[in-house]
Amino acid sequence: MNRHLLAALGLGLIAGPALAADGIGAGLLKSQCIGCHAIAKPENTSLDRLWERKGPDLYYAGSKFNKPWLEKWLQNPVRIRPAGELYARHVKGGTKEDVVDESGMAPHPKLPKADAEAVAEALMALVAPAELVSKGAFKGEKVSMAMGGMFFGKLRGCGACHMAKPGFGGASGAELYTAGERLQGDYIYSYIKNPQQFDPRIWMPTLNLAEPDLQRLTGYILQLGATEAK
Amino acid sequence: MMTNSRQLASTFSLAGLALASCFMLPANAAAADEQYAKAARNYDTYCAQCHGINRNGRGINSRDMSVQPRDHTDAKGMGDIPENEILKVIKEGGLAVNKSVLMPAWGNVMSDTEIREMAAYLRHVCNCGSGK
Ligand code: HEC
Ligand code: HEC
Repeated sequence: MNRHLLAALGLGLIAGPALAADGIGAGLLKSQCIGCHAIAKPENTSLDRLWERKGPDLYYAGSKFNKPWLEKWLQNPVRIRPAGELYARHVKGGTKEDVVDESGMAPHPKLPKADAEAVAEALMALVAPAELVSKGAFKGEKVSMAMGGMFFGKLRGCGACHMAKPGFGGASGAELYTAGERLQGDYIYSYIKNPQQFDPRIWMPTLNLAEPDLQRLTGYILQLGATEAK
Repeated sequence: MMTNSRQLASTFSLAGLALASCFMLPANAAAADEQYAKAARNYDTYCAQCHGINRNGRGINSRDMSVQPRDHTDAKGMGDIPENEILKVIKEGGLAVNKSVLMPAWGNVMSDTEIREMAAYLRHVCNCGSGK
């Protein structure tokens, strides 16, 4: 066999699966996911759209998630937002406080391993514009968990809407005790700095956090995930 | 005679007015609902997570909060808060009026107009006038 042919075959073998995965993943996104998720930035940013959409936006997924988490979660999806998306559609009055109305909450579609990997690949290609998620914004410094916890709870009030451990805290925002495994540091930093940049009508307000707060809270949230995973 | 028929006519027109206002009443109520529709939607999106879908301070997030959210149906408690303080606490958050950090600032989500509409809606919910 001639050398050129071998080389060409070799190249094909390397480039082949990667290209195919990309194509298959993008195809799966279009056929199975866009009914509930935006994979391109929506032009309509009205409150009505937020009430009508069936799942969170994924058009900046590549700058938000860690790929291993995506692959794992897509095969075995577990609840991230305790009251679903959006919470107000899944809440009813209880004897004391409002409670989650499970009746309207369907389980998330599950993917077989190969599909999950292909979709994760395609999602990681959906990179956010630089002005949305600023690369290198999070400096990666270690944070004392006691100090971080105090800012998260008492001082900045994040615990009103988020859980930093299972079963304790707010239910209208995503749980954050697995966020270290799920999310990228620069995304956390950019999101908590100005959630309205991601969606002008989202129901997490801009909390006007100063730079040290942004670093500390991002570090704390990332470490939360790490401690949970152990 | 003339006077009588004039009186009759005016009685009729009074009755007509009364009748007309009967028909106008539901129209007015609908207009009131419409007037608050936008604020009520904003409330359901932003406020209800803590203050509750029934506006009673018992939202889905309230269970573990160290300071309980305000009950917006409490006419006495709400009636005691001056108008400018209501506007300020929505826009700038609890700390701006020496209250809890758990009430966040909504000034980057709702416009000044929406915040004014929200304050008016809160007066409607508590049924406690226009404050002091
Ligand atoms: C019937 C609607 C629906 C379909 C179809 C759907 N999803 Fe979802 N998806 C949701 C909802 C609702 C959530 C939020 C779940 C939660 O927070 O617990 C979600 C969450 C996610 C998340 C996490 C997003 C985040 O911001 O936390 C990813 C990733 C995801 N979906 C990927 C997919 C992919 C890939 C497909 C197609 C194979 C898909 N989804 C199909 C409704 C849907
Ligand atoms: C009033 C409720 C509220 C408060 C207070 C709040 N959040 Fe959020 N947070 C939300 C909501 C709602 C979302 C987005 C929900 C969605 O996309 O479904 C969110 C999203 C996030 C995300 C992104 C999570 C993800 O999976 O995409 C992070 C990180 C976060 N918040 C951290 C914080 C921190 C840190 C604080 C305190 C400084 C805080 N939040 C305060 C409601 C809140």
